[in-house]
Amino acid sequence: MTFATFFNPTRQTRVLPGFNLALGYTLVYLSLMVLIPLSAVFIKSATLSWSEFWAVVSAPRVVATYQLSFGASLLAAAINAVFGLMLAWALVRYRFPGKKLIDALVDLPFALPTAVAGIALTALYAGNGWIGSLLEPLGIKVAFTPLGVLVALVFIGVPFVVRTVQPILEDLETELEEAAASLGAHRWQIFRRVLLPILLPALLTGFALAFARAVGEYGSVIFIAGNIPMISEITPLIIITKLEQYDYVGATAVAVVMLVFSFLMLLFINLLQAWSAKRTGRNR
Amino acid sequence: MAAVAGVLHARVDARRYETNAATREAPWVRRLILGAALSFFVLFLLMPLLAVFAEALRKGWFTYVTALTDPDALSAIYLTLLVAAIAVPLNLVFGVVAAWTIAKFEFRGKRFLTTLIDLPFSVSPVIAGLIFVLLFGAQGWFGDWLFEHDIKIIFAVPGLVLATVFVTFPFVARELIPLMEAQGREEEEAAVVLGANGWQIFWRVTLPNIKWGLLYGVILCNARAMGEFGAVSVVSGHIRGQTNTLPLHVEILYNEYNFAAAFAVASLLALLAMVTLGLKSVIEWKANQGVTATD
Repeated sequence: MTFATFFNPTRQTRVLPGFNLALGYTLVYLSLMVLIPLSAVFIKSATLSWSEFWAVVSAPRVVATYQLSFGASLLAAAINAVFGLMLAWALVRYRFPGKKLIDALVDLPFALPTAVAGIALTALYAGNGWIGSLLEPLGIKVAFTPLGVLVALVFIGVPFVVRTVQPILEDLETELEEAAASLGAHRWQIFRRVLLPILLPALLTGFALAFARAVGEYGSVIFIAGNIPMISEITPLIIITKLEQYDYVGATAVAVVMLVFSFLMLLFINLLQAWSAKRTGRNR
Repeated sequence: MAAVAGVLHARVDARRYETNAATREAPWVRRLILGAALSFFVLFLLMPLLAVFAEALRKGWFTYVTALTDPDALSAIYLTLLVAAIAVPLNLVFGVVAAWTIAKFEFRGKRFLTTLIDLPFSVSPVIAGLIFVLLFGAQGWFGDWLFEHDIKIIFAVPGLVLATVFVTFPFVARELIPLMEAQGREEEEAAVVLGANGWQIFWRVTLPNIKWGLLYGVILCNARAMGEFGAVSVVSGHIRGQTNTLPLHVEILYNEYNFAAAFAVASLLALLAMVTLGLKSVIEWKANQGVTATD
């Protein structure tokens, strides 16, 4: 079976030129830059026996990082789901001064390098910072505690929920709400019974994207976290720590756990988006 | 994972909701939502951005300028520009070719291929660095061979480029695929019928149609390439003046408690972010104008 017949079993006639060359280039570049390097992680970890692998990935210090990384990421994604929905709602439905500027700045966490975000958040929330100095008298410490990890993960997750919900809200026809209102539904019922079911797949997609991003996040977290073993150490940092101790196999074993999780999240997000497309009739 | 990094879309006028009794909230609900949304915005987006500039200028302009003209800072600026100048064009060419393949042809495994292209976005930056250490590091697959031939990849510029290409891999492709799929292939097919060859079709028909989406993807790709921290941190080795990009230089200065200099260099990156967001808004506006003009 040749290259072309595998990918095109029906052999339909193609009018446009360049299919074989373009597909070949895409596959070679993808393999060289992404697939082969990623496979190195799995092959390297295979040098460990199952019990050795398990000993590395279930060591108490490593398990403590999963708890922090996954717990803080879930909480951060949930906070973003609530406030991201409100922000998207305000941007689509209300008029207020500075709206265009705010709309543009929502993408700041995508554009601002994570190290810059990290030191800025640390400066804000440290005991002498703008926000930290207000919280300190209340007995709340944010910087160099797990709470600091949460703050950084909320920051980097902001655009995900806003940017998945916003286009769905913009495409919504007002007829739905008009029909519901003419049938006597009040505003909360309309939101709860008409709008929320339409927005739910997008909201969940944004939540899942923010969660997946937060679990792997490194740059914005390490400055504010304090990185105390068993308390405020995240999983990506433990990989770095092991690498710095030349424990390549150990670093790889933890990386495998994170990669498997990422692939599962990717699958889940694809299913969510298929559901979202079906429900809203949008095809993205 | 489409639809996030900002696929172009038109904005609607909020007036249409505010003047309609069925789509309007009670004033106190409106104030509550707006208040919560704006507080969230100020707390998590505006204040960190302002803090960068406030901290950078805290010790005055002289310290600020000194930090930016330090030889190590200048070499970090040069290296950041160099890495982006290699990584962005590589992913630009790939993005166009991949989008052409996926959007203009039907073939088996197309959805799967699209998912694979998005894969680097769901991998932690730290792992993106680790994979190249496993391949090219001293103990890696090619470690001995590279050592014998005196080629340095890890703790050198090629490693920085590889890690950057990996983390910015999907940007251009994912911007172009939905755009080119929506445009279909009728225009290109018409060009074929009229006798155009492949290059002519691409330069005269496809490229003018995708130029805004392409520029949008390139700008986002560039911002990430210049700002990447986790992945390059693993492969860089942090050799001052040699393998330090701007974000890594920020980290070194910060860890030396040289906060004013760290924030001065960080403010350069924050400016880059603001320019990126500004250009992004201009492109969105331009692209929407194009859409309404052809409607």
